[in-house]
Amino acid sequence: MSELKVTTMADYLAKGEVPEILFWVGCAGSFDDRAKKITKAIVKILNHANVKFAVLGTEESCTGDPAKRAGNEFLFQMQAMTNITVLNGYEIKRIVTGCPHCFNTLKNEYPSLGGNYEVVHHTQLIQELLNSGRIKIEGGSFKGKKITFHDPCYLGRANDVYEAPRQVMINLDAELTEMKRSRANGLCCGAGGAQMFKEAEKGDKEVNIERTEEALALNPDIIAVGCPFCNTMMTDGVKNFNKEQTVKVLDVAELIAQAKDL
Amino acid sequence: MISSIIFILLFSAGAVWVTINFLKIRRNILIGKEIDRKDNPAQRWKIMTLVALGQKKMFERPIPAILHLFLYSAFVITQIELIEIVCDGASGHHRMFRSSLGGFYTFLVSFIEVLSVLAFIGTIAFLSRRNLLKVPRLVKSELNGWPKLDANFILIGELTLITFIFMMNGADEVLFNNGWSHAEDARGSFGLAISSHLGPMLFGGMSESSLHIVERIGWWGHIVMVLGFLNYLPYSKHFHILLAFPNVYFSNLLAKGKFTNLESVTNEVKLMFDPSAVVPPPSAEPMRFGAKDVMDLSWKQLLDAYTCTECGRCTSSCPANITGKLLSPRKIMMDTRDRLTEVGKNMDANKGEFKDDGKSLLTDYIAPEELWACTSCNACVQECPVNIDPLSIIIDLRRFLVMEQSAAPTELNMMFTNIENNGAPWQFAQADRLKWKDE
Repeated sequence: MSELKVTTMADYLAKGEVPEILFWVGCAGSFDDRAKKITKAIVKILNHANVKFAVLGTEESCTGDPAKRAGNEFLFQMQAMTNITVLNGYEIKRIVTGCPHCFNTLKNEYPSLGGNYEVVHHTQLIQELLNSGRIKIEGGSFKGKKITFHDPCYLGRANDVYEAPRQVMINLDAELTEMKRSRANGLCCGAGGAQMFKEAEKGDKEVNIERTEEALALNPDIIAVGCPFCNTMMTDGVKNFNKEQTVKVLDVAELIAQAKDL
Repeated sequence: MISSIIFILLFSAGAVWVTINFLKIRRNILIGKEIDRKDNPAQRWKIMTLVALGQKKMFERPIPAILHLFLYSAFVITQIELIEIVCDGASGHHRMFRSSLGGFYTFLVSFIEVLSVLAFIGTIAFLSRRNLLKVPRLVKSELNGWPKLDANFILIGELTLITFIFMMNGADEVLFNNGWSHAEDARGSFGLAISSHLGPMLFGGMSESSLHIVERIGWWGHIVMVLGFLNYLPYSKHFHILLAFPNVYFSNLLAKGKFTNLESVTNEVKLMFDPSAVVPPPSAEPMRFGAKDVMDLSWKQLLDAYTCTECGRCTSSCPANITGKLLSPRKIMMDTRDRLTEVGKNMDANKGEFKDDGKSLLTDYIAPEELWACTSCNACVQECPVNIDPLSIIIDLRRFLVMEQSAAPTELNMMFTNIENNGAPWQFAQADRLKWKDE
């Protein structure tokens, strides 16, 4: 495994260089132990494809998504304006995010506050790199494995991105299988709308259990996800059914990085 | 002559009464806040054609979609026959379009008859789904009482209406065959697709006078049902047959994940960042962040409430509802409508001005527990066949709870504090944000 090459925006500026794209790591990607692995997988892919990317590092701050979904518009806009000041200061044009929530917020909710960027989700960028030949994948380790993809709400329904993650996974030569509730009919993992940060309201079941059940009914080897929060929820769900030895929950970026043995 | 006068009086009364009620509902909707939904007319016409007229989203669930299509197309096409009924009623003629339209008339009325039979079958199926099969989304607790009754009224009304049509046409067939019909130009064959068989079967042996009575009961019954239905709409969930069209036209055309940025908040935040920032002066109205009551919502959210026909597709796809939480997006819409109706009555009683009744949509109708169960996943918005957006109401109510009442669940308050202090929803220092690189 080669060393991760990660350069901050401040370093680029000091060198007088401009990166192709800013990688918005996100809070989960920066701090959550499981999500950090996804962050590293994305970096490995970017490094492998020789993408000249930057991160904000300590200058990055929460996009404000969980505050906004929870109803705290003040806090959201405070966060947004702070981030926009930083992003505009660096004259950022293009951003890739490792999280559909950051993706949605930066893409849709920052423009009217003065932050206008082209924002893509990491699965879209990986698809782009595959299409342009900057990375190539031959089946290999996932050949014949059964994979089902869980659509993140904020990538799918919220932004109508359904194909990018699937198109990327086609390259794995695996058996892609769909849950009954997929794409626009996909069922939430239960984490959205700031639920991640609170106990669920009283009910007779957890949402992630309902969703994991649906995925496990397909007997997959891998449940593929595209969101660090979905990852947590589905991983917990799989553990709940004591299936963690046989069923892996992996981000699309991790699948690609592993397929390339990065 | 007398019957023409009775008809004109009845029809006028029906038309005036329904107009008064329509205008009241229009007024109620317009107490909502302004929101621009008039941009992009070309795209709006297109989406209205596909989703409202073309029933596109209904076909996500094919069986109810086909049954619904029977009722829907019968309803739309029957309006053509209604023109003749109104002309006949006012002028005292009988089937006045028949002589000028000839064979096309027979074709048209036959077409309506075939659709009416299909609609009859569809209605029976719908009644069974509600009352015998008890399809889960059609028997949820928010439908107890009036909503359930309302649904059954409408379906039974439809059966009655179709029965009247076949009494009218069936008896007329027999009258015609015997040379007793009052129809204009009573030559050739009447030959309606269904009634030419059904009429002789049901009314074959009757005397001329009995047949005329049956025909008149059918005719009057039909028009009275139509006027009754029209006047029932403003009190019923069935209003969707009209409001679906404007409601879809005024749909949100932007990404579903994009929530509104509150401008009032933007102005305050700008001032916090830069005290010399130029922002519009605050309006004279007391400012409220988020929504507590129906007047804090936008007119589109209120139009949504009147458009909802309580089909429950939203609720049946809601992850919170599926897992037994209190939230039901359909109930959010029903509550909004009920509260708006209450506010409307209050305005009627107080010369058009709303007098504070000490109640509000939030807490009196919708409990915080419902709101906090939402994952903002947009499944309800995706599912709605007429593009209603329950999520935007949930978020506006949450905004009021959080920004005006500081009534967020404790864990969420901790999350807010973390974001404020550390720039992350957890207790990690911003200075550690790049540590993952070296781990």
